[in-house]
Amino acid sequence: MDTRDTAEQAELRRAARQLARELAAPAVGDLDDPDRSARLTAAVADAGWLELRDDVGDGLPLGSGVEAAIVADALAGAVADAAFTGPVLAGDLARRAGVPDTVRAVAFDPALASVAVVADGTTTVDLVVADAQPGTTEAFVLVPADGGHRLGTVGVPGADADATDLTRRVRIVPAGSAVTPVADSGSLTADDLAGWTALGLALTTADLVGLVRGVLDVTVAYAGDRHQYGVAIGSFQAVQHLLAEARCLLDGSRSVGQYAAWAVDALPPAEAVEAGRMAKAYAARAARTVCETAVQVHGGIGNTWECIVHVYLRRALLSTQWFGDDGSQLRHLAVTRLGVDDGLS
Amino acid sequence: MDFHDSPAEAEFRASLRAWLVDNNPGLPASSTDDEYWERAAEWHTALYGAGFFGLSWPKRYGGHELPTVFDVILDDELADAGAPPRPSLGYLVQGISVHGSEAIKDRFLPGLIDGSERWCQGFSEPDAGSDLAALRTTAVRDGDEFVIHGHKIWTSYSDVAEWCLLLARTDPDVPKHKGLSAFAVRMDQPGIEQRPLKMINGITTEFGQVLFDGARVAADDMIGEPGEGWRLAMTIVSHEREPGELGYVSRYNKTVTDLEKRVRANPAAYRPDQHEAVVWARTQVEMLRKHVSRRLSERLDGIDHGPDGSIDKLLMTWVEQSVGAAALAVSGAAAVTDTEDVALKTYLYSRAQSVMGGTSQVQKNIIATRILGLPA
Repeated sequence: MDTRDTAEQAELRRAARQLARELAAPAVGDLDDPDRSARLTAAVADAGWLELRDDVGDGLPLGSGVEAAIVADALAGAVADAAFTGPVLAGDLARRAGVPDTVRAVAFDPALASVAVVADGTTTVDLVVADAQPGTTEAFVLVPADGGHRLGTVGVPGADADATDLTRRVRIVPAGSAVTPVADSGSLTADDLAGWTALGLALTTADLVGLVRGVLDVTVAYAGDRHQYGVAIGSFQAVQHLLAEARCLLDGSRSVGQYAAWAVDALPPAEAVEAGRMAKAYAARAARTVCETAVQVHGGIGNTWECIVHVYLRRALLSTQWFGDDGSQLRHLAVTRLGVDDGLS
Repeated sequence: MDFHDSPAEAEFRASLRAWLVDNNPGLPASSTDDEYWERAAEWHTALYGAGFFGLSWPKRYGGHELPTVFDVILDDELADAGAPPRPSLGYLVQGISVHGSEAIKDRFLPGLIDGSERWCQGFSEPDAGSDLAALRTTAVRDGDEFVIHGHKIWTSYSDVAEWCLLLARTDPDVPKHKGLSAFAVRMDQPGIEQRPLKMINGITTEFGQVLFDGARVAADDMIGEPGEGWRLAMTIVSHEREPGELGYVSRYNKTVTDLEKRVRANPAAYRPDQHEAVVWARTQVEMLRKHVSRRLSERLDGIDHGPDGSIDKLLMTWVEQSVGAAALAVSGAAAVTDTEDVALKTYLYSRAQSVMGGTSQVQKNIIATRILGLPA
């Protein structure tokens, strides 16, 4: 057992954090700068990170869940507004189905908890595409076939939804959209989908870990700068203890999150999913607490649009909901670990 | 990054698992039953004798000089077998190792590690809790000996200990942190009075008060130099805050496994919030297991103990108290109709974790100033 980064992983972590730091929006107003955003998007693509889970020729991905989580964590730490997790999940799903990823997006059920399954050729509810690239026109869905599933695609409208997360695009696929089967799609088994779900849980968890790190850095700096009663507010124990608790939650999230990321490729799918559910439950609760602490420590300014902490909080809300929030994860765990029958499959 | 066992780790795990099949004493939890403490020495000796204790410590003193990650395997396997946790005395070993002379280490470490000599730790006093350096127990030189007067409290297992690692004031004329020295004091001598304390969960054999009234200690049994007591105490408490050092993870794991079994026997008899309390406790325990693996892996880089121990202490505290809360939730009415209810005792005992080894408030002060760099 050795849970440290390998030399390659450490270098990837350093490079991804540096890129995010240089190209992400330093202030809320910079989110509206299309040139900066385009440069960031291009840099992420040029780095090859979007293909991390694509088939490199033998059915295996270029990078493990650990490498993908390292990039997700780095981008979230700077609230970088470039698609990553959405396209990577599409690449992983296509790899498992044995086809090239030509669409770079996956459509989810309205709760954003699992990939959409569409029988009978036409969607019956609005589907959600999270973390879409700007030019996305199609997204994968699942089509029941031969006791398993095959891939299909649906058209994705060009307009972004007015979504909560200011750093990642959400698109809505309206009910009544036609599904086109993907030619040559192999059958996706339950294990394939469990492995893919484990990756989704690990990446949304890594995103939460990264943004907790980022928002805590911002907030600790603010507590050192902001003076009241003639001293920095970070000198007050009442403030210090909030931030100390946040620091512990970051460490715990990181520990449970890195195990989930490792489990994606190293453990059987059911165990990887369980590790992912625990990590997601822990990290989601931690992120909610830490982002709320960040708003509180920033005081009045923390409740304004100009203060960047709500950008972290908003991103945390999407990453929490995607693949199921903490309550949803704990219900799944009650089913698998305690034998609870509550209608969840 | 790899959480799998190496070949050597896998071999160790297999031999430990095989040994546990025939050698699990099936004791109740240390946190809830006096019976545990009555048989703790026997367990320590058995575990040591089979080669499964003192894994990372020097061979010279009876250890095995294995990487610290082997302790993660030990904790996992003990929990999986439902066996008692390993004896929790790593912090004493560390304190003596770092500060003791070669003669002191040769004299005391082997007996401490193999369990043939039992120890307690005389630090806290009624008026010196979080402010440990304010302690008033004195050790006054008298020829080749020191004579001790004072009152210690929260002294775990003082009634069965042969030795006490005592912190006492040897120089009243210097600032309070600088006048302290540490000693290995024999417990079976005149001038020492034991007063057991009953914990809020009814346990009577863990904590005690110890009154020193003219007890004597050889000057040669001072650990470290005169005035080194504060630094020794800080070494010990920093290790006392680390779940990887304490081995408590296996206790939490065992408790939550028992809760899961109880609910799984009839899940419909419990409400959704009770289910959630149990799986949340499981999630917390798994977090701590992975966290300890990470910390002990970082040791391979030679990263040593620093203020990070305070983060680990708070995480461990939240885990134990989540487990305690889950036990209370599952127990339901039994927790109020039966004072011997194990779940009730588990819950009540869990409240001590945010106090012992340094309160959560003190840990947060350390994290804020020494890790986050906020103004003191």
